[in-house]
Amino acid sequence: MSEITPDLVRHLAGLARIQVTDAEVAQFTEQLSLIVDSVATVKAAVQGDVPATSHPIPMANVFREDVVEPSLTQVEALSGAPDSADGRFRVHAILDEE
Amino acid sequence: MSNLVFKPAHELVQLLKSGEVTSVELTQAFLDRIAQFNGEVNAYLHVSAESALATAADVDRRRAAGEALPDLAGLPIAVKDNLTTTDAPTTSGSKILEGWVPQYDATVVAKLRAQLMPILGKTNLDEFAMGSSTEYSAFGPSHNPWDLDRIPGGSGGGSSSAVAAFLAPIAIGSDTGGSIRYPASVTGTVGIKPTYGAVSRYGLIALASSLDQIGPVSRNVLDSALLQDAIAGYDKHDSTSLPNSLGSMTEAASRKDVKGLRIGVIKQLQGEGFQDGVLNRFNEALEDLKAAGAQIVEVDCPSFEYAIAAYYLILPAEASSNLAKFDSVRFGLRVTPEGNPTIERVMAATREAGFGPEVKRRIILGTYALSSGYYDAYYGSAQKVRTLIQRDFAAAFAKADVLVSPTAPTTAFKIGEKNEDPLAMYLNDVATIPANLAGIPGISLPIGTADEDNLPVGIQFLAPAMEDSRLYHVGAVLESILEAKWGKTMMDFAPKLENLVKGAN
Repeated sequence: MSEITPDLVRHLAGLARIQVTDAEVAQFTEQLSLIVDSVATVKAAVQGDVPATSHPIPMANVFREDVVEPSLTQVEALSGAPDSADGRFRVHAILDEE
Repeated sequence: MSNLVFKPAHELVQLLKSGEVTSVELTQAFLDRIAQFNGEVNAYLHVSAESALATAADVDRRRAAGEALPDLAGLPIAVKDNLTTTDAPTTSGSKILEGWVPQYDATVVAKLRAQLMPILGKTNLDEFAMGSSTEYSAFGPSHNPWDLDRIPGGSGGGSSSAVAAFLAPIAIGSDTGGSIRYPASVTGTVGIKPTYGAVSRYGLIALASSLDQIGPVSRNVLDSALLQDAIAGYDKHDSTSLPNSLGSMTEAASRKDVKGLRIGVIKQLQGEGFQDGVLNRFNEALEDLKAAGAQIVEVDCPSFEYAIAAYYLILPAEASSNLAKFDSVRFGLRVTPEGNPTIERVMAATREAGFGPEVKRRIILGTYALSSGYYDAYYGSAQKVRTLIQRDFAAAFAKADVLVSPTAPTTAFKIGEKNEDPLAMYLNDVATIPANLAGIPGISLPIGTADEDNLPVGIQFLAPAMEDSRLYHVGAVLESILEAKWGKTMMDFAPKLENLVKGAN
């Protein structure tokens, strides 16, 4: 039995910064329960000491030469922004007034 | 309608070189056909007629002046809409990026431009490449040119349907769990996922960074080889880019025989769950290869049983992190709730409105898999399964030079059949996912149609990392055996789009 509940879906959506409707919570709870039950088989797949693979082809210390290269201008960097002012990204208040 | 559009890319390249055809003439022929059929197929989200013709005219002028030009100069191409282009919108199939025009070209796009290839347009995909049917695209599904009521595979169903419908001679795809190979399988086309790192991912809108790989989509093996040779190579902008060259795929695709080649049939990827017509064509192809001198052996990959489960933990985990950048600040959509909202509320409202249901499901699943208390059990175990799958491959490649399976369990399903059932959708990629988890290359090529539905069947070959050339070698040989047997090419089995569209009206 899966541990996915409507409250958990709401909590996870909050962490992921996605507003969800009650209908979405109901739908995702049902679907994610099935998916989590299905993927939970990985827990039993590994016996003994097996190292984790995070990357298919291991590479280490990949650096480029430390030289200045062309980059976007300020105007270019701001060109796709929904809102900007004085050469900066403009956003809503970070903190609530209360 | 010009017959040029039906010719293979490698023939078109020769016609361009010899001056029998101009690039403008060729590009216009594809643009005309796109204008006629894209409404029905929905392969392209954006058509770049003006810039494609400008590139073509430049090629023609330089060729007429006697300039030495790159190999593929003047050959038009379609590009999946998750690669950034400075002269066309890049949406990744999502409303959250609708109308966004990037400020830089993906490395692969820059390489196509350096080859002087006219870019016809940007092809449809499941939103952020999450899906196997294009039904999760925010801009409507693409349609399979073999039967317009069916899916063209996904996520790269725009590229596969463009190539299968002769709306492009060749295309670029990306493959995270099968998004090049599965669409190839269900549309009777060829698709290759190169070795991880063989083709730069710079400018590819990331889905799962440890799995994503860009590769070619075409109607025959040689055409894909020409394209892989043009787009592969080290790129300092991608820290996972392979420093070494993998050799010439074009040369590998010109090899003529498979005598002594050891082909390992993966025991776990046949039988139960696989459609009869798929298995019939698959077994016949193995007989053909055996008759040509290949040795067929069976290999055992017991950990593949857990591949889908591991994939659907690793992918959502990486995707939830990669998609955090869509935050209503730097690019894309912003939705502002009423009142005096904080930035967090703006972000949440924007992501609610901008993401479709599959993207939300996977972000939430990834957030769950990475949350403390669950991390070791889910994400940690999935990464260990990844090691086990790599070990299975290592053991299998000790017994065989290439491995083989059907590319997909079934032929193309009907649009709408699975899109309410995420788990059923995930099973389409059962045979393609292990290659991504291990970083190894894979090819899908067509081997005929299934008896029960006359729809295309694909075969998949897999090779060890860096040995992409083996795929082009065995693929080209099998293709020539089949074409000799049929007396025609795979696409000659396909119904004419003209007739399908007439039927639909």
